[in-house]
Amino acid sequence: MKYLTFATATLAATAISTTAWAETPELVVYTYDSFVSDWGPGPKIEEAFEATCGCDLKLMGVADGAALLARLKLEGARSDADVVMGLDTSLIAAAKETGLFAETPVDAEYDLPVEWNDPVFAPYDWGYFAFVHNKDLTPPADFKALGKSDLKIVIQDPRSSTPGLGLLMWVKAAYGDEAPAIWDAMADNVVTVTKGWSEAYGLFLEGEADMVLSYTTSPAYHLIAEEDDSKAAAAFDEGHYMQIEVVGKLAGSDQPALAEQFLNFMVSDAAQTVLPTTNWMYPAVTPSAGLPAGFETLTVPEKALLIPADEVPANREEALAEWLKALSQ
Amino acid sequence: MLKLEDVLITQGDFRMQADFTLEVGRKYAVIGPSGAGKSTLLGALCGFVPLAAGRMYWEERDISNAAPNARPMTMLFQDNNLFPHLSVLQNVGLGLRPDLRLTAQERETVENALSRVDLSNFATAKPGTLSGGQQSRVALARVLVQARPLVLLDEPFAALGPALRNEMLDVVRDTVAQTGAAMVMVTHAPEDVRRIADEVIFVEGGRAHAPRPAAALMDDPPPELRAYLG
Amino acid sequence: MAQGAVAIDRTAINSKTGISAALFVLALILLALGAVISRAEVGAGLGPSDWAAVRFTVLQAACSAVVSVFLAIPVARALARRRFIGRAALVTLLGAPFILPVIVAVLGLLAVFGRSGWLNAALEAVGLPTVSIYGFHGVVLAHVFFNMPLATRLLLQGWQTVPSERLRLVAQLRLTPRAIFRAVELPMLAQVVPGALALVFVICLTSFAVALTLGGGPRATTIELAIYQAFRFDFDLGRAAVLSVVQLVLAGSMALIALWLVPVVRVGGGLDRVMPRWDARSGLQLVMDGCVIALAALFLLVPLAAVIWRGLLGLPQMPAEVYAAAGTSISIAVTSILVLLVLALPMAGWIAGRKGGAVETIGLLGLSASPLMIGTGWFIVINPIADPFDFTLLVTILVNAMMALPFALRILVPPMRDAVAQYERLSAILGISGWRLWRVVLLPRLRAQIGFAAGLTGALSMGDLGVIALFADPEQATLPLQMVRLMGAYRMDAAAGAALVLLALSLGIFWICDKGGRWRAEA
Repeated sequence: MKYLTFATATLAATAISTTAWAETPELVVYTYDSFVSDWGPGPKIEEAFEATCGCDLKLMGVADGAALLARLKLEGARSDADVVMGLDTSLIAAAKETGLFAETPVDAEYDLPVEWNDPVFAPYDWGYFAFVHNKDLTPPADFKALGKSDLKIVIQDPRSSTPGLGLLMWVKAAYGDEAPAIWDAMADNVVTVTKGWSEAYGLFLEGEADMVLSYTTSPAYHLIAEEDDSKAAAAFDEGHYMQIEVVGKLAGSDQPALAEQFLNFMVSDAAQTVLPTTNWMYPAVTPSAGLPAGFETLTVPEKALLIPADEVPANREEALAEWLKALSQ
Repeated sequence: MLKLEDVLITQGDFRMQADFTLEVGRKYAVIGPSGAGKSTLLGALCGFVPLAAGRMYWEERDISNAAPNARPMTMLFQDNNLFPHLSVLQNVGLGLRPDLRLTAQERETVENALSRVDLSNFATAKPGTLSGGQQSRVALARVLVQARPLVLLDEPFAALGPALRNEMLDVVRDTVAQTGAAMVMVTHAPEDVRRIADEVIFVEGGRAHAPRPAAALMDDPPPELRAYLG
Repeated sequence: MAQGAVAIDRTAINSKTGISAALFVLALILLALGAVISRAEVGAGLGPSDWAAVRFTVLQAACSAVVSVFLAIPVARALARRRFIGRAALVTLLGAPFILPVIVAVLGLLAVFGRSGWLNAALEAVGLPTVSIYGFHGVVLAHVFFNMPLATRLLLQGWQTVPSERLRLVAQLRLTPRAIFRAVELPMLAQVVPGALALVFVICLTSFAVALTLGGGPRATTIELAIYQAFRFDFDLGRAAVLSVVQLVLAGSMALIALWLVPVVRVGGGLDRVMPRWDARSGLQLVMDGCVIALAALFLLVPLAAVIWRGLLGLPQMPAEVYAAAGTSISIAVTSILVLLVLALPMAGWIAGRKGGAVETIGLLGLSASPLMIGTGWFIVINPIADPFDFTLLVTILVNAMMALPFALRILVPPMRDAVAQYERLSAILGISGWRLWRVVLLPRLRAQIGFAAGLTGALSMGDLGVIALFADPEQATLPLQMVRLMGAYRMDAAAGAALVLLALSLGIFWICDKGGRWRAEA
């Protein structure tokens, strides 16, 4: 009998502690690495959301958007994650194909250059890809001018980096079947192709190239954080390809209500005011206070380009083959 | 006593037979031409070279297959008798405790042994700082603390000069006298035989001959030994 | 022959632990590979671009090896026959590039050879055309920077083995430098060069991810990048597995060949000994040697100086997180060292007790396995049982230890053989066996080599950015990862500061282990 009493007591104690633990539910969000770093949006987002949700927000960083999806596929339905944040428009089709995501109602008036009506993913920030240069350089007006010039550029490998893939889509969206000719002309401008964005941007800052593939918002970092107005983004006449970063709820989440709350939080004023000066992208919903000072100086493209998410996979395969052919000669 | 019964030692093409008995307290010299198998004989006694046939007994106990340190003997090699990274005290202490954890009493035994070979002041020195003769005496101090009834020496003083070698032979003689052990020493110097040995084991032609009294043998050697001695 | 149970077997090192360690390493790699294959869809084959990657990988490794070794010949020759102030320091510094974190070294190389680097600035100033570091030659340049010093050290060992009697003889015969080269140095080189070539070749075959930044485009795609792409973007586990096998087989078979050729990596001691030479006293020879040494020193030291200079400027801007990351990196490096020693020592003991060295190949597999493949494979294995995030550090540590294993074995096995040969009988007669044999005899005898291997492992682990990049937990960022994050947040100056800390820690841990191993170690 003694043992039985003991066992009951232990069980009861366990039950109590489980309840106590369950009182502060945990929301696990997978995101990319730079989001969670101490100088990224992570700490502020966590503080703001935890102030309202009565929960413990756990942001887990995984390299980048592409690795994020790979990791999710590895974990499958067993994943601990409730929310995935940081996939972009190029990856949405592949992400949906996994069947791991659930539709979530998100209430927001988006300030995006394109209409957004995806039932699964909610956009939280976005930007235009652009070639960033020093202001003392007169940039080319489009890809054709770039190809004819002897300017040196650094780009990212589309096989390992999302901006690299973005450039591929950009040229494809602007020129369609003419894309191979554009790449042929640009091949001798490419100094080198890096594995990721950091390496490319680092090379540019070291003076290894005249221009680097980045975002129209990159100069805002130098202006606001470093009070350096020497950088600018070249405006291309073809228009600029967009990257929209999205957040989605996993079907296997054990905190569906909380996950939904988080998605709605990400498009709310509280989160949107944090993003521009920490993630250095445009907010998906312009906050009530407007954009931070400095953003008004940024290049605003005349035309926004975007290949619909479901057409990305087929385009990617074709564009990658063309790119490999042009740059391997 | 150590008894070798129809022992056969083979190594590749090399074969050697031995069938004799060694008595406690006696000093034996092993002599013979180069390559006749003097060192191999010691290796077999000590357990480094397996017996191809025959048995070996120590006081009625069969030790044919015993591990080297489970035999009633110890051995000094031609070189590498000391660990250069250990102090003199530790090297001697290994004779008592292979894990180097000496009790106070064992430590005293070691220090006594060192003083008997006149090395009391060198307990903490590393072998590399000692002269060749001193290094030999450290090894002998270890033989002392091991106190095995049989001491095998495989030309351990070959690298020393004549005077120093004679001195070491005297130390060896005193050492084994103190422990009452039997001694088997490989040598190629007839004067060593006269200086130290009671009996001689002559190794030649695939056979380790039974011990014969040293003085008589050296004064009137049989033809094969005469050929070797020249 | 019943009693032929050779007594010597009982005294030698117990091989069971060594075999277990080898099996553990083998299992670590094969289980990961098996896990990846188990999740792969059928029908994966290698496309033409994959074969191009294989070709490029082999070609650049071959070129890097040839250039590194042949440039090392005059440097080693000059160092072997000259004595000057700072020679010992220079020989020590020759060990630095090899243990330098790649990400740091590339920064240094760019500062010197980059488009707006010092070299091009100088060329421009005197009106000469500038040179580009990007492309095939950039990859080779980076590899030469890493491996030429290593090759120089290997060749210098060769020069040290030339008997001084022979040098006295040629001095008496008054041979010309050319005749001396043919009579004395060429035969020595014929013995040492093939091994050095093979070693550099294998290193470049597997450590190429380093030079990708300098490759210039898809022409410079290596197998490792193809694996990376298959895992991360395509999530094509089948192709990733096939590529991993190709890399294992290619590097493994090359490593096996190299094993018969590779010279023993000796501890630095002795290399600072200058052999008296009576030849090469003419003015021309002196000037030539001086130039060669000066050029080699510049090639080596200027990029290092650039890293230090940029880092000092960035140091004040470095956020406190970098120090936390440095702490994580140090503990990873120290644990990697411990794991390495636990694996390498028993394996070395086992190998030393055998006649052939074929089992060393198992160690070399660790070098040729893709860290990404191992990481992903173990993720698949762990995921059904536990949260793989919790095992990131463990897998990182194991991979680090495995990468260093082949070098550690090369360093440990020969002195282990010597120690066994010299003290086997003495230990047997004294009854020192098993763990006691390690404690009393082997570990103290191999102290210098253990320190050297530990230092190498620590430095390599410190700079590693393999598995951790994909599966890292934000709270346990390592220093290289933190450096990449800083770059990702546009904070390049702070990243340069972090690079300097990384450089200091890598060289520091190597120095401490190496010195610790040799401190008061008797000859």
